[in-house]
Amino acid sequence: MRINCPHCGQRDRREFYYMGDAVAITRPAADAGPDAWDDYLHNRDNPAGDTRDLWYHEAGCGAWIVVARNTLSHAVHGATLAQKAAS
Amino acid sequence: MARLIALGAFGDLLPLQTGDVTCTELTHETLFSIAPYRGQHKPVSAAIKSQLGLSLPAVGRRTIAGDVICQWIGHDAWIVSAPVMLDGLAAVTDQSDGYAALEIAGAGGEAVLARLVPLDLRVSAFKINHTARSLLGHLPVSITRTGAQAFEVMVMRSMAASLVHDLQEAMAGLAARGSA
Amino acid sequence: MRLRNPGQTVTFTFDGKPVQGVPGEPVTAALLASGIRLMGRSFKYHRPRGVLTAGSEEPNALVTVGRGAAQDPNRRATMVEVSEGLEVFSQNAWPSLRHDALAVNDLLSPFLGAGFYYKTFMWPASFWERLYEPVIRRAAGLGRLSGEANAERYEKAFAFCDLLVIGAGPAGLMAALTAGRAGVDVILADEDSAMGGRLLREVEDVDGRPAALWVADVLAQLRALPNVRLMTRTTVTGAYDQGTYGALERIVGADAPVECFWRIVAKRSVLCAGALERPIAFPDNDRPGIMLAGAVRAYVTRWGVAPGRSVTVFGNNDDAHRTARDLAAAGIKIAGLIDARADVQVTADYPVYTGGSVTTTTGRLGLTSITVTHQGGTRVIQTDCLAISGGWNPSLHLTCHMNGRPQWREDIAAFVPSPDAIPGMAVAGACHGVFDTAACLRDGAAVAAEIARGLGFTPEVTLPMAEARAYAIAPLWETPGKGRKWVDFQNDVTTKDIALSAQENMRSVEHMKRYTTQGMAPDQGKSSNVLALAVLADLTGRGIPETGTTTFRPPFVPVSIAAMGAGGQGKGFAPSRLMTSHHASVAARAPMIEAGLWYRPSYFPLEGDVSWRQSCDREVNYVRNVVGVCDVSTLGKIDVQGPDAAALLDFVYTNRMSTLKVGRVRYGLMLREDGFVMDDGTAACLAPDHFVITTTTAAAGQVMRHLEFAGQVLRPDLDARIVSVTDHWAQFAVAGPRAQVLLNTVLDDQITDEDWPFMACGAVGIGGVAGRLFRISFSGETAYEIAVPARYGESLFRQLVAQARTLGGGPYGLEALNVLRIEKGLLTHAELHGRTTAYDLGLAGMVSTAKDCVGQAASRRPGLLDPARERLVGLRAVEEGRRLTAGAHLFAKDAKAVTANDQGYVTSACYSPTLDCYLGLGFLKNGPERYGEVIRMVDHLRGVDTLAEVCHPVFVDPEGGRARG
Repeated sequence: MRINCPHCGQRDRREFYYMGDAVAITRPAADAGPDAWDDYLHNRDNPAGDTRDLWYHEAGCGAWIVVARNTLSHAVHGATLAQKAAS
Repeated sequence: MARLIALGAFGDLLPLQTGDVTCTELTHETLFSIAPYRGQHKPVSAAIKSQLGLSLPAVGRRTIAGDVICQWIGHDAWIVSAPVMLDGLAAVTDQSDGYAALEIAGAGGEAVLARLVPLDLRVSAFKINHTARSLLGHLPVSITRTGAQAFEVMVMRSMAASLVHDLQEAMAGLAARGSA
Repeated sequence: MRLRNPGQTVTFTFDGKPVQGVPGEPVTAALLASGIRLMGRSFKYHRPRGVLTAGSEEPNALVTVGRGAAQDPNRRATMVEVSEGLEVFSQNAWPSLRHDALAVNDLLSPFLGAGFYYKTFMWPASFWERLYEPVIRRAAGLGRLSGEANAERYEKAFAFCDLLVIGAGPAGLMAALTAGRAGVDVILADEDSAMGGRLLREVEDVDGRPAALWVADVLAQLRALPNVRLMTRTTVTGAYDQGTYGALERIVGADAPVECFWRIVAKRSVLCAGALERPIAFPDNDRPGIMLAGAVRAYVTRWGVAPGRSVTVFGNNDDAHRTARDLAAAGIKIAGLIDARADVQVTADYPVYTGGSVTTTTGRLGLTSITVTHQGGTRVIQTDCLAISGGWNPSLHLTCHMNGRPQWREDIAAFVPSPDAIPGMAVAGACHGVFDTAACLRDGAAVAAEIARGLGFTPEVTLPMAEARAYAIAPLWETPGKGRKWVDFQNDVTTKDIALSAQENMRSVEHMKRYTTQGMAPDQGKSSNVLALAVLADLTGRGIPETGTTTFRPPFVPVSIAAMGAGGQGKGFAPSRLMTSHHASVAARAPMIEAGLWYRPSYFPLEGDVSWRQSCDREVNYVRNVVGVCDVSTLGKIDVQGPDAAALLDFVYTNRMSTLKVGRVRYGLMLREDGFVMDDGTAACLAPDHFVITTTTAAAGQVMRHLEFAGQVLRPDLDARIVSVTDHWAQFAVAGPRAQVLLNTVLDDQITDEDWPFMACGAVGIGGVAGRLFRISFSGETAYEIAVPARYGESLFRQLVAQARTLGGGPYGLEALNVLRIEKGLLTHAELHGRTTAYDLGLAGMVSTAKDCVGQAASRRPGLLDPARERLVGLRAVEEGRRLTAGAHLFAKDAKAVTANDQGYVTSACYSPTLDCYLGLGFLKNGPERYGEVIRMVDHLRGVDTLAEVCHPVFVDPEGGRARG
């Protein structure tokens, strides 16, 4: 598998650390309540198709990125800096 | 009072030579990482231009002015081989002893690295003064093409011996084939 | 029998007997040349077998190469090149290949059909593991590894190109030439020892000269192109995501690596893997001497070896005729050409039997005769080689690696790849279902030209003249007649097994495969899959397309683990991180122990020490009574700078760091977002916008990743920059009542308790070198950590140790460090193991509720604040001389030591020389409410069962006065 790092271009998957679904970007407020936190921490879709997830280019530039890919075709559609996606 | 003696990162592990590939230690007397604060990229670039005569290079590039090197080193970060004053503009951190650096040179250098590094290092894709962060074996490294047949590899100083070990193995395997 | 003078020959051995061979030819060619047809025994029935093919798909001639640690089993003898002194051994036969005791299995075959083992060895269940499986494994099987560590060298490597051409037959050569001339960066990979594919084994002309000469010309042109890389002996084994391909290169040469596993990344690829011939299922079709027709042709034409003196050809397609013609032209006697088709016209000066089929064969260790039934009657033919051709299957395996499903083509009675099965991969030549040479050349060139144009090049296509011969075939899978008809030679599957499978309702091809094990062996059914499928289709009355096909998965050929894991042995397994004091510690004979990737000294033995405990106790006493020195450089050190540095730290630590004054250090706790503890450490404030924080050795990488996540993703509003300085600084703990005295021997300016109170930090000079000093303690004693740039680390360590020795102290290692911190109830990742909360650790007060931080919301969940949780306690052994052990479980004093009664567990334990007893830290239900209670500790693993008193986790100096000085 190869991932397009926005800084480094297409790189081997071994350089990346996988975190999980990009919902981790939208952190609830401290007082959002148990349901919101439960959702944020534990509940994930398991899509057969397009998904967005967070990867860390750990053995590369050190950027956190959001990768859009397809779990059926394994196509990697693109990636953006998580910093941009978050702010 | 103490008298401290400075020692190199590689001890007596270098130089290495096998076939047409050589590995030699590179010494950067000082190295500072530069991480510009928000919106300060241009002022930082201007400041080092006036202090050192070079600008912050683009992602994946190294620039050189005289014997000063400035190199992209990661997400919003550069490394420069001379002291700079960037108060309030950037986080500047002394990394002079954080890295061990060596040069791998010779006609077979690219083939040696191809045994260890998952990067496209063909000269068409990775030209002189192109630099990349990647892995060499299991080691996180920074690799820069410094010549048609020369690369600089920087690794965390504590991993210097592992870097030499991995290169030595790759060089021996390649030499045992009889040709690069 | 050799058909031409072999020139230079070498001697190798087969089962210990010397055999002459031509260097570089396959072992099978040399064996055939020496009249050796028997090369192995079959997997299940131990049937005598000879070579079937001339390529990597070989199911029968599996051999072990080499001996001892280097012995390499299950090599296909068709792919092993002859060299002087090569040692080759047959497999799965005892005591010898000719007299194999387990051939008795063949006599028992009526009972050993598909499913036999499943049905027979059911009862009693425990017998399976202890008796049945070991016996069956010994009886059935392949070659064996020696079990010794192999010192041979293997490699792995990466390569990149614009176009990867897989296979260098007519289509592949034209593809590489067309793209290469246009300037495309090409890798041409072929698994053979020489490029040319079918053209090396055929009698035909290309561009007006013999095909092999045309191949040589093309290769010379390709070698002259700097943008073309030729990889011979390289099998592309798998097609993976985003244009990544696996490839296994065999390397020849005495000291060269055995194999290299390549990861090739290509923008585009073209599969030119050719086609594989398939057998026909007729009775006793597996005798040595029965071979695929194309393979017979290859041995004759390319290697100059006749597989028999009197050859019969049996086929259902025009290509079989070519075999007869070429062999006859080479001077080999053709005993007959049998064409299953009734309506073909052949004129030849050897007997031709149309509408014929082979109904039986004879010859126990090698073919002696066959019986043919044909339109004119029945006839026995004396023959020692039968060349069979059931048609050709395109080698589409790689196109299935990403779930592509092949499509059936009636006209060639074969599957062809579905278009775009692999993104970026095109298909050309025989694996595309194009079988004549001219069309293959044209197809390869056309596909490559289109790819080149797509990549922005301007290709020119020049096609050589070549023969264009039509390929006609009438499907023939199984002949009528009684007897066992082999479908899968490697796994001993017959048509009867497939029939049994269908009869027992395993009618899906996937069920049939698993029930009969067809296609499961190292050859993965390369010659048997389509035949098995067709037999199943006929049995179930369905067409082949409806029956479907099993898919092919990587790898295309077996890949040795040694190649995939190349470089991963010994020191290559993981990087070693060495502290600057490493050599000094090793010189002091300290055993080095792994701590993550780091190596740290366990203890420093002195002359006369008889056990590690003696050294460890002494080192603990140094620190408690005098002074000790310990390299703590392995702790993660992270520089945090920026206008919002303090705010970022407030966000990642549970406690507030923004109130920290310049020159002060504070202990800090980090949580994961789920409320559990991630790590602990210290934060030192060097300037209002500049902190340096420490992490534990184990969690340094995780914390760095977490901080970047917090900074880049969760709080991009904060302007702070993070950089690891772990390797820049060498840092040493100087601990004990005389720590300050020792430090003052190396510092440029003397320090006092007034200037450097507990938890102070700042810059110091050491012999003119700018360093940092932190007054922090991980031992409970007056202690400092002194940091210098790494180049001075070894020098400072040696001087600190020398000074400590003159004061009556010395260096201490990881064992003493552990005892010191257990005595003080200080935590490491034994306690911060990912399932403990601040509350469990007695640190709930450190989680500020006045601000948000990572993990704060989740840490307030009621379940995480339940007093009945397993919570940190100290444990003190109460039985004289009985130790406590980490990993042991805790039970009420009189309870049975079973899971249902489990009350907690021990995470750390040591002998405390300070208190002269065994101490432990652990987690116990309602722990802090149970101080004074005596509980039972049981370590089932080490057989320890003892009593311990529950107490406060700080055993030594609970008031903390000693560290404050």
